[in-house]
Amino acid sequence: MASGKTVLSVRGVTKQFGGLTAVDHVDFDVHEHEVVGIIGPNGSGKTTMMNLISGALKLTAGQITLQGSRISGLSAQDINRRGVSRTFQLVKMLPTLTVIENVMAGAVFGHKRRWGYEAEDFAHQMLNKVGIDSLANAPVSSLTYIDQKRLELARCLASEPEILLLDEWLAGLNPTELTTGIELIKTLRSEGRTVILVEHVMDAIRSLCDNCVVMNTGQKIAQGSPAKVLSDPEVIRAYLGDDDA
Amino acid sequence: MTSRETRTLVIAVILFGLAALLPFSGNGYYISIGVTIAMYVVLSTSWALFSGPTHYISLATAAFYGLGTMIVATGIEMVPYVVLLLISAVAGAVMAALVGLATLRLSGVYFVIFTLGLAEMIRQLVSWLQNNLGGSRGLYVLTDLTEEHIYWELLALAGFVFLIGWWIGRSRLGFAMRIIGNDETVAAHCGINTARSKILLFMVSGMVAALVGALLAPRWTYIEPNIAFSPLLSFEVVIMALLGGTKRLWGPLVGVIPFTILLEVIEANYPSQTILVLGIAFLLIVYLVPHGVVGRLEQSFAKFRKGGN
Ligand SMILES: Nc1ncnc2c1ncn2[C@@H]1O[C@H](COP(=O)(O)OP(=O)(O)OP(=O)(O)O)[C@@H](O)[C@H]1O
Ligand SMILES: [Mg+2]
Repeated sequence: MASGKTVLSVRGVTKQFGGLTAVDHVDFDVHEHEVVGIIGPNGSGKTTMMNLISGALKLTAGQITLQGSRISGLSAQDINRRGVSRTFQLVKMLPTLTVIENVMAGAVFGHKRRWGYEAEDFAHQMLNKVGIDSLANAPVSSLTYIDQKRLELARCLASEPEILLLDEWLAGLNPTELTTGIELIKTLRSEGRTVILVEHVMDAIRSLCDNCVVMNTGQKIAQGSPAKVLSDPEVIRAYLGDDDA
Repeated sequence: MTSRETRTLVIAVILFGLAALLPFSGNGYYISIGVTIAMYVVLSTSWALFSGPTHYISLATAAFYGLGTMIVATGIEMVPYVVLLLISAVAGAVMAALVGLATLRLSGVYFVIFTLGLAEMIRQLVSWLQNNLGGSRGLYVLTDLTEEHIYWELLALAGFVFLIGWWIGRSRLGFAMRIIGNDETVAAHCGINTARSKILLFMVSGMVAALVGALLAPRWTYIEPNIAFSPLLSFEVVIMALLGGTKRLWGPLVGVIPFTILLEVIEANYPSQTILVLGIAFLLIVYLVPHGVVGRLEQSFAKFRKGGN
């Protein structure tokens, strides 16, 4: 699978919060058109890893490069402009803006920049892609939870990122919504996008990921295809706890 | 331009033209109130340009205003007035940029305190310079400019501020500010240079306030740092802008006119109670009209339309 160019490369990345090491010397690569899952039990450092890539947090040690040039140390806005776009574990909207304006925020200032009608047009295309273009002029407060998640995704797509980071994008959806959500990410995959997704939903990981990085207490404990890592005894132990193993 | 924008523009030009006729009334008292109102309109509108979208409460108005006043007072004997106006505008913008660089990365609370201290710090600095470099504390600003001239100058500046505000509103900068006001983290992750956007707007606001100070210097004739850097001004501007509402460009205008007249009445009848009244007004605004009069009116209007359907 992973034969494309390396888009993102994470080397020795470490993050400490006071005495707590939330991410501990993690290495992995993400190749073009690849969907990489970061999985692991609660508190294992997945979101922190996403925050380090997107520039929301500064690294304590290590280096992250995007298409060969270093992005660790840059501000979140510079990293976004170079082509990293993310959603948040707790969905973040721009509540006083309409749905279409929320998406335009991504189109106007992000990696590929547009303005005026062009930005609006493109924002409509992105809303269409995630299936909520009919709500374009609605206030954000009228959206259901899954539609908010779709909107956040559309905002990310609107900047045409080189790599998309999805932090538990499927969490909190009911079973029907989950099917819709997985289908949506599958379409992103078939478009050849490069994606890192943090997920707890095993079905989603199996059907969406080419490659998985498993984290536990900040360390990478396994890496490989979903089938391989999910049958790894160490991974099972991490998920179930030592007592049950 | 949409038809709605055209209509707004026509109304604005007519109102502006009417306002420009005030000095022809020949009534000195009206002209004097006119100058005061025009001053507060410019100050609070430009204040809201920055503080409206960012929710950073700036108490630096007096610092910028005093800076402009002192530049004119110091230079009027040597340099043409027009040049002093330009210097004031540039000085205001530069000071805003410096304050912005130092504080806008911090959270809002630090910003408020810093801006409050700024006027006092500069006042002390100016007094110190005057004491140590010789010269008296007070300075005379003697020009041929009458209240009428000052009024028209302020009115022109108001027009300029409204144009800038309108232009920002439809620019990428304005869009960026709305996003920043909603969620700064999202803004940064959308690729917006949040610090630069905020500093740019703060510079506009600082430049205008310094220019107002420079335009008003001839009104007072005799100028002392204590008068030029009155902290009360900063609070008045905030109260008026909030009273009107900061969501619309013309919101502060709606707050300024009644408030200035109220202040005028109070100062005439109960000169020692001005601060008390300001305090009470502030409390009432925060409790009763948190989105300003304009916000309140728009809410009622929306309700009315819903009810009517
Ligand atoms: N800003 C922060 N300050 C201090 N500690 C933090 C901070 N962010 C995360 N942590 C800690 O770092 C560890 C990893 O947290 P993180 O949010 O990355 O976990 P996660 O794998 O995303 O978990 P979950 O599956 O629950 O979302 C946790 O112990 C957490 O308490
Ligand atoms: Mg998490």
